[in-house]
Amino acid sequence: MDIFGIPLQAFLGQLMLGLVNGSFYAMLSLGLAVIFGLLGIVNFAHGALYMIGAYVAWISLDRFGLNYWLALVVAPLLVGALGVVIERTLLKRLYKIDPIYGLLLTFGLALIGEGLFRYAFGVSGQSYPVPELLQGATNLGFMVLPNYRAWIVLASLLVCFGTWFVIERTRLGSYLRAGTENPALVQAFGINVPVMVMLTYGAGAGLAALAGVLAAPVIQVNPLMGSHLIIVVFAVVVIGGMGSIMGSILSGLALGIIEGLTKVFYPEASNIVVFVIMAIVLVIKPAGLFGKEA
Amino acid sequence: MKLKRIASACTLALATMFGVSAQAQISGNVIKIGIITDMSSVYADIDGPAGVEAIKMAIADAGGAVNGKKIELVYADHQNKPDIAAAKAREWFDTEGLDMLLGGTNSGTALAMAKVAAEKKKPFIAIGPGSSALTNEQCSPFTVHYAYDTVALAKGTGSAVVKAGGKSWFFLTADYAFGTALQNDTEAVVKANGGSVLGSVRAPLGTGDFSSFLLQAQASKAQILGLANAGGDTINSIKAANEFGITKTMKLAGLLVFINDIHSLGLKTTQGMYLTDSWYWNKDAEARAWSRRFFDKIKRMPSSIQAADYSATLQYLAAVKAIGSDDGVKVLAHMHQSKINDMYAKGGSIRPDGRMVHDMYLMQVKTPAQSTEPWDYYNVVQTIPGDQAFTTKAESKCKLWK
Repeated sequence: MDIFGIPLQAFLGQLMLGLVNGSFYAMLSLGLAVIFGLLGIVNFAHGALYMIGAYVAWISLDRFGLNYWLALVVAPLLVGALGVVIERTLLKRLYKIDPIYGLLLTFGLALIGEGLFRYAFGVSGQSYPVPELLQGATNLGFMVLPNYRAWIVLASLLVCFGTWFVIERTRLGSYLRAGTENPALVQAFGINVPVMVMLTYGAGAGLAALAGVLAAPVIQVNPLMGSHLIIVVFAVVVIGGMGSIMGSILSGLALGIIEGLTKVFYPEASNIVVFVIMAIVLVIKPAGLFGKEA
Repeated sequence: MKLKRIASACTLALATMFGVSAQAQISGNVIKIGIITDMSSVYADIDGPAGVEAIKMAIADAGGAVNGKKIELVYADHQNKPDIAAAKAREWFDTEGLDMLLGGTNSGTALAMAKVAAEKKKPFIAIGPGSSALTNEQCSPFTVHYAYDTVALAKGTGSAVVKAGGKSWFFLTADYAFGTALQNDTEAVVKANGGSVLGSVRAPLGTGDFSSFLLQAQASKAQILGLANAGGDTINSIKAANEFGITKTMKLAGLLVFINDIHSLGLKTTQGMYLTDSWYWNKDAEARAWSRRFFDKIKRMPSSIQAADYSATLQYLAAVKAIGSDDGVKVLAHMHQSKINDMYAKGGSIRPDGRMVHDMYLMQVKTPAQSTEPWDYYNVVQTIPGDQAFTTKAESKCKLWK
């Protein structure tokens, strides 16, 4: 059986690979959506935080012998703490003025972060090995899927739906959402809104770092890895609807798959297909697929 | 007393006259060398700041001066943008009295700088760019293409792999001028040697995940996967090829791989791969001795491009010294007549089309067990004589070489 001229098995294989990449898009765009939805900051430093997460994993293995599983915990915590520092010292001064300043500030931070890592580690990048437990591959019948890639999909889905659940279905989440709607009123109920906002940015940064650790064994750890990805991820967020958490998860997964299929049918277009879709979505539904009309 | 004064006045006058004539030979009283290369982005490791350091080594080895005239070095980052490269070159020639320009990585920037240098009648030595157009369709009497080009890479790796039994090929190609040129040049060599090309896929520059393209390559059932890409694209495609077990059914042929790429990926991932390069730090005692000096400064072994930076600067300064002038036309005339013998090239010579002809090397990446020290990565499988490595006179479209 063929689908559009390619065998069904190959088609399913490509679908699976698209899902793997979609998992990354989902996890990164989720962090962006949380930060934008709750803080109103367009966080251009997200790609740099993702890169730093991958580097923390590499450094902790190379210099301190910490294995992958510890890095999965350590990197998000460290980068989350960095996020808290950034929020406390810089971002909090910008909440009351035009969002464009937040965008410029985070963009500048991203360039500085990249520059520092490039200076320290060069541009060829470093190799991070696949953890022993996840080496090897499983034959799915239609393709041989490396175990590590399967783990990425699983981990990403867990993190994404966990985050969605916390924000949309728990008391903490409702405080967060209320705090962004009307900070003064929520504060009046005795909830410390500035601390909540600080922790939210820290959590967003931690999510980016987690994605970085997950990516480290698959692609070369490289100071430029974040800037390659961040533009696509922004397009994903725009398509899903700025600030919509479920929107960013679903559109991340869907766009990964669409991009994967483009790599088969018209490879030359695979790096622009996401942007073409973004343009179409913006014309038809300016708030994004899952966004609320302002 | 009076006589003595007249005598000393004459001496002074003579000295001044000689002084003036010597000044006329070395413009601006300094020999000014410039390099414009990628200092900060994707190709900064194979040339970049360490390449500048190699040039400084050459200047120091030449004594820091030629016939008493100081040698100065300026450098700039072209950010892989041809317009920036050309503007900087023009500024240096016009306002800083630049005598010779070295071009680092990136073919687009090199082609732009070559035009400026030709207009200013100054030597332009292209070290890092791959495009063979520099000495073919767009050749110039002021351009010297020093290290390697796409034709040499194709002839080296392409023919060696086919002769070793790799008859059927699939190409994974970077979707821009360099990638397609490299694929076309290699395809021609593969077919001429009795091999066949089963297919190709063009991946956009800077693709993060190559697995989809690799599954397509695997489905072609070709024996050889030709990687017509560079830098980060090559690294990520090799990494994914290992992860998906492609390397079990296909052999990889890297068409433009530098030692920094191998260092970054590690031998476990790259072992057994064939590649062609113009130089390898561990190829002989002379190269090793120089590389150790380089290592002491940079803490990395030099790439072939950094070695060529050193060699080209040394050869240029030797020519200036020999003729006692930094006049672009005269220096180039002298360089075209001289043989190049140093730690980079043996018996090298510059052809009328500007191609510096020297031996190229086909190498195979060692297994981790074969490697005895850090950066000990290659076995030199074959030396490709210069006259077989590059474009032949029959193939050339350069007007200067007819």
